[in-house]
Amino acid sequence: MSVLEVKFIGDGDVLEHIVDKQEGVQSNGGSVQKMVSFKSPAGRRTRVEEDDEDENEVFDEQNYVHALGADNTEEDDEGMSRVAGSSIFTFKKNRRGHSMAQTACELARTPGKGVTFSKTPKVEPSTPTRTGRNHRGESRTPQRNKKVQFVSTTPHRLRKRITNPSLRSESDSELSPSDSGEDDGDEMEEEQKVKKEDKENVKTPRTPSKGLSAALYKTPAKKSKNTPEPVNQASMVEEYFEAHGSSKVLTSDRTLERLQTPKLDREMLVQLLEGKPSCYVKEIQQLHSKHEKHFSKWMLQLQLGFSVLVYGLGSKKALLEDFRLSHLAQEIHLVVNGFFPSITLKSILNALTCEILEHQGSFRTPSDQIQFVTQTLKDSPDLHVYLLIHNIDGPMMRGEKIQSALGQLASLPNLHLVASLDHINAPLVWDQFKQSQFNWLWWECVTFQHYSEETSYENSLLVQQTGALALSSLTHVLRSLTSNARGIFKLLVKFQLENKDNPSYTGLSFQDFYQRCREAFLVNSDLTLRTQLTEFRDHKLIRTRKGADGVEYLMVAVDANTLMDFLENEEGD
Amino acid sequence: MSTSSVSKGCFVFKPSAKKKKQLSLEDHFTDGCEGAENSEVRFKLCQLLWERIKTDTEVLQDELNRKVLDSLLDLTRKCSSTRQHSDWASKMRASEIPTAALVLGVNVPDHDMTFQSLSEQLQQSVTPHVASVQAKECGTLKHLMKRVLEKLTGTDVAVDDDEEEEEAEQTSAPLLKGTHCSLGTLCDWYNTKRKKSSSGTPGKKRSSPAKDEQQQPPVVIIFKDLEAFNPRVLQSFILICSLYIERLPLMFIFGIATSPSTIQHMLPHSVSSLLCIELFQSLSCTQHLATVIDKFILTHQFPFKLNGKVMQVLISIFLYHDFSVRNFIKGVQLALLEHFHSQPLSVLCCAKKEALLNVTQLSVRDLERIRQLPSFKRYVERQETEEQVRLLKDDGYLKDVCQRLIKDLRKYHKNYYPVLRCLHTLASSLPRYPLGKQIRELHLICLEKNVWENEDYQSAMKLLKMLAKEELVMLLQRCAEILQQVKSKKMKNALNQLEEMLVKFKQLDTAKAAVESVPDVEESFTSPVKNLQKKTDLFQLQKTLLELNESRRSKKLSPFEVLRNEAIDFIDGLVKSHLSPPESQTLNEVCYYSSSATVRRHLNATPRTSIQAALNTPYYYIQNDSLKTEDGSVSNAAPDICIAYKLHLECGRLINLFDWLEAYATVVSGAEGNDPDSEDFGKVDQVKHARFIQAVSELEFLGFIKSTKQKTDHVARLTWGGC
Repeated sequence: MSVLEVKFIGDGDVLEHIVDKQEGVQSNGGSVQKMVSFKSPAGRRTRVEEDDEDENEVFDEQNYVHALGADNTEEDDEGMSRVAGSSIFTFKKNRRGHSMAQTACELARTPGKGVTFSKTPKVEPSTPTRTGRNHRGESRTPQRNKKVQFVSTTPHRLRKRITNPSLRSESDSELSPSDSGEDDGDEMEEEQKVKKEDKENVKTPRTPSKGLSAALYKTPAKKSKNTPEPVNQASMVEEYFEAHGSSKVLTSDRTLERLQTPKLDREMLVQLLEGKPSCYVKEIQQLHSKHEKHFSKWMLQLQLGFSVLVYGLGSKKALLEDFRLSHLAQEIHLVVNGFFPSITLKSILNALTCEILEHQGSFRTPSDQIQFVTQTLKDSPDLHVYLLIHNIDGPMMRGEKIQSALGQLASLPNLHLVASLDHINAPLVWDQFKQSQFNWLWWECVTFQHYSEETSYENSLLVQQTGALALSSLTHVLRSLTSNARGIFKLLVKFQLENKDNPSYTGLSFQDFYQRCREAFLVNSDLTLRTQLTEFRDHKLIRTRKGADGVEYLMVAVDANTLMDFLENEEGD
Repeated sequence: MSTSSVSKGCFVFKPSAKKKKQLSLEDHFTDGCEGAENSEVRFKLCQLLWERIKTDTEVLQDELNRKVLDSLLDLTRKCSSTRQHSDWASKMRASEIPTAALVLGVNVPDHDMTFQSLSEQLQQSVTPHVASVQAKECGTLKHLMKRVLEKLTGTDVAVDDDEEEEEAEQTSAPLLKGTHCSLGTLCDWYNTKRKKSSSGTPGKKRSSPAKDEQQQPPVVIIFKDLEAFNPRVLQSFILICSLYIERLPLMFIFGIATSPSTIQHMLPHSVSSLLCIELFQSLSCTQHLATVIDKFILTHQFPFKLNGKVMQVLISIFLYHDFSVRNFIKGVQLALLEHFHSQPLSVLCCAKKEALLNVTQLSVRDLERIRQLPSFKRYVERQETEEQVRLLKDDGYLKDVCQRLIKDLRKYHKNYYPVLRCLHTLASSLPRYPLGKQIRELHLICLEKNVWENEDYQSAMKLLKMLAKEELVMLLQRCAEILQQVKSKKMKNALNQLEEMLVKFKQLDTAKAAVESVPDVEESFTSPVKNLQKKTDLFQLQKTLLELNESRRSKKLSPFEVLRNEAIDFIDGLVKSHLSPPESQTLNEVCYYSSSATVRRHLNATPRTSIQAALNTPYYYIQNDSLKTEDGSVSNAAPDICIAYKLHLECGRLINLFDWLEAYATVVSGAEGNDPDSEDFGKVDQVKHARFIQAVSELEFLGFIKSTKQKTDHVARLTWGGC
């Protein structure tokens, strides 16, 4: 309850108050309605209200955008069509198992889009892709019809999967059984909606497959969930808990083993990609030359004490390399590959002090080293050093220490920094203080070039961890050893492979190992075995660990598949 | 030499010194800027203005911090002198370490400047022994101790390097083993130092007001960011220092960003009782910004101007992001640079004399550019036909007109700012600040459009017409003071009128004493008020109140009210004639920088939005017709990464790679134009597989997914949302 308050109110105010009151009554009514609609299931909300909410949301957003001085109109003037922040930063939503396949079908189906097609895109038939926000409501029926058509044109393989959702156990896409309950609920809901829609569109002609398709594809109302438009607050809350309620994940159990070539190795990959003609070469080249025009401006800004930071989709290595060759060729500069997996602060600083400043001797700590750089550069103001960092957000560059060291360097007046940035969350690396030390000027450089070099280091390839590198190093090391030593190693490998399905396997104990080696006539004393093991350990082929009973356990630090390949190779030889 | 290698991450390039030919700043400026022919002049102007901003802001900063610094200096002086006294209280005092807690606010980027000027001033006027340490370099007690010793002895050595041979020994001291890094060493060093100075080296530059102070200058240690220090390190350091306070006149300064209670959080009572803390509050950053704006933006003396939107962007970055005046100035610098770089006519953006001179030297192309300016076009349209022809054809005449227009623009600015200040003085006294609390808000309104068409302005005027006499007179007097400082003819006139009005207000006082108020007024009020006390419905009430309002309006005004209305109308007239937005002025493009999007994109970029926009609508960047789609979706001919991204949006927390690959293959087959009904459609061949791998690893590189071991051949999705 509100506290009573007595205050003097001027006549004019009273008048306004009266008018306000009337409006208040109306809006109250509205809110009551909304309250009711909160309780009802998401699908039953009336469309008008939803629109209302949407408008409100959009309006609020505009306010914020206004506050930031980023006028939409102006952005449009400059040809900017941006994704609004609200569509980027949302919560997790529930997805149904088939939505990816479905989207794939839709995308695959859009005709005349291929580069190889000579058809002019302007005369292409209207492509009913995902429902945009502008044609909801009235265009519902035609859409449905289109969808029905569209089932008939889905590619064979996917269609098979899509049209048999109830025959899951037979089809090859088995969903994890743990989620069946949730799924049933969804279907129920969808069915309800189908009924509701039936009532709404009694007059629409029905095609035989309608029921199926409606159950399969989300009805427009549901569909709006997927689209990023701001949704009603209440339903957002509901959705949030729906999505986070269970930790179960609903994905099929199929694995890459099903492919004819489940794994591609690095070389193969490079070869295949080289063979494939890259698309949009001309446009990408245009983008590149557009960015090149700014080079002298970059130089100007660098010399005025700013640091240049380029961001945007696509590898910017080639761009920065061009900049380096065209504008920095006459200057002392240092290039750092931030994506390089074993880059360290020490190596950067050493390159600076030893090679550029030609300092002999070492430093105790990095901060001493930075101190030295600072002092040297201060003493010789005519010495300009350019630091060019590809991927200042690389995996090894994300530490606080390295960034604050770079910040300190960047704040020196005659050290100029150019860097590129790719990770979507990269700006989180810097706090306000570091940002002001760096004194960034951001440049959007979308290049659409492949990140081939950046992702080329083996540990950045997640899909096909081929282990080719490990394998080749194994073979190389082993080849340089005596046959006895090789035998010892193979013994260990075999034992490990025998136990590969045992999750509690911790390794082969030294005593056991010695016994086995003796039996195979590979060693004659445990001292010889130890010498061999030292050799392996030096090459990081094996790992030893003390067990709970104090006994040493030996492991080969390579995954089972690679080991298998290795044994095959060895036997082949 | 290439910069890709599998074994190295750093590559050094040193060109041979012989053929080194460095391009100057100016060459970089000229290269690629608009209208290169007068770029030299523009560059010079730009540099000149920037230098001016830089030095002026430094001076400003010093002035603003002066008060705090002065009191700090007083404290240090006091604490160095109290040691000399021998009474009991000061002895007790002397066992505590004098400490200044300096609350600086959250604008961390600005702190460096403050500390720099602080330590400079301390060194100049109180003590040569100043060490400032940052938390970052002092993770452990040893490091902290080492830093302090290095800074104290090191800096001093640098100053007196050529004087004493002995100092060489001192330089090596901090480089010795850690055991030597103790306060004992520092004490010894301090004593030798003191002896030397008391023995009297004549060459010392130190200015010392009193003899005994020189003998015992305090050792000041500045902790720049107290919050970031490890509390335990700090505690032990303070404990150690307190043991040496008898021998070494130590003093601390804590830089605090949040609130003084941090000291209590960080230091237990046993430690904080060793300190004698005095609190200092530095100027708030908003006040600082207000002075900066006052100095550079709300003045006609600074030729370069920002238009409303750019101002809005810079102020928003300040208010919503960092509260850093330094970054604000950086924004102004960027705008300045961009303006002179992109606008060839910015040669005219300088002081009056120079601008008039530069007008005479405009080239034919520049004159053509002037004719193309939207504001000039509007000006031409307003002229007679003959005049129009002359303006468009006769270059010499155009130059004359330009000179006049530049003068007009200057006059406009000369009048604009005083009137703005007057209006602000009046409006900022009103309840609920209809035109903003700060003058910058009012300025923004005025830059945007005609302020008098603004609703808030009208309500402000209404409110002003209700002011009491004393208040109004006081405000008008302040306005008069503002106008007094201006040397423009129009403002002089305005001032005269205003003063006349003030005189009339005064006369009113004397007149009022003679004439008593009219009693009739009372009566006319009574009847409707009585009506109100009866039971009424809302409609009735509204009606009566309207009537009441009506009756009051028709009521005869008192002489004061007449005069008040006159004064407010006068102010209103001033506003209407002088506060029109700069866009309405001819040749405003010369002085005003207007591309707010550029400034925002360079200062407050959103890399994630850019990446997601590129993934989502590649057509925006790659203008190929095959990528065109009607609504927000992606065409299947898009680059691989876009397709993979689009597909991954349909997934939950985990993504099955096989399904993903299959879906991808389907899309790509569609793009290749294969027959959808053939058996082969959507089959995964090796090329597609390889392309898919590339796309996926690129997405991982960008941070959209990561590998996971939760399920075989699955990756985890890391972002939500994104259309």
